[in-house]
Amino acid sequence: MANKILELLVPSAVCLRLTATDSQEVINHLSKQLLDAGYVRDTFAKAAMDREKVMPTGLPLSGDVNAAIPHTEIEHVIKCGLALATLEQPVVFHNMVAKDEEVNVRLVFVMALDQPKAQIEMLREIAGVLQRPEVIGKLMEAENYKDIHAALEAA
Amino acid sequence: MGKLIVLVSCGTGIATSTVVAVEIAEAMQERGLDVETRQCKTAEIPGRVQGVDLIVTTNQFTGDYGIPAITSLAFLTGIGKGPVLDKIEATLREALAKKAK
Repeated sequence: MANKILELLVPSAVCLRLTATDSQEVINHLSKQLLDAGYVRDTFAKAAMDREKVMPTGLPLSGDVNAAIPHTEIEHVIKCGLALATLEQPVVFHNMVAKDEEVNVRLVFVMALDQPKAQIEMLREIAGVLQRPEVIGKLMEAENYKDIHAALEAA
Repeated sequence: MGKLIVLVSCGTGIATSTVVAVEIAEAMQERGLDVETRQCKTAEIPGRVQGVDLIVTTNQFTGDYGIPAITSLAFLTGIGKGPVLDKIEATLREALAKKAK
């Protein structure tokens, strides 16, 4: 069970079947939700986007859907929380280990991390989810927060 | 005999490297290797290589410090995890053999 993800996922920052034209729009949108919910500072979105250009977070996965996990330095974070988007159409992120390589992403976790090494269980759970195409399939099909909750609870 | 030291880095030094460090420590313990992991930002590697036996990064990494370096997303995506662990074990056993000399 992905308990830590569920604990830290901010329901108002779960955006399903989002229509976005590029990665910046996705990061901006999720950051705004985290800002409105009091998790991050107003500098977070820009910091996450700037960091994405230098150190991208796109992850090519084994299934049909690829993911990205934008995040940034702790100074832009108020408290630890997690935002999630599933995208109607993929947007281009760049590969974490090969930044010139494009990755078409449809699942985005924006991570607001407030202290080094503190959220190890959540981070491991995210990696665990990313390694399971069947769980990702359920997340992609989700129509509301309840569906996301059920998919992660069963994961 | 000193511990084997693995320096794990990622962009912020707090997210993906955390996952990688724990996975490596656990997997190497299972394989009978006593490993200490240290974390840093990839940009900090040059100042952190002293005494390090292996560098593992989740970022594009260039630079030669005379220390073996492995870049991999396997601990995040699961793709190729077995082979990467084998490679890490082999590299560390080689470092151990050198230390014993």
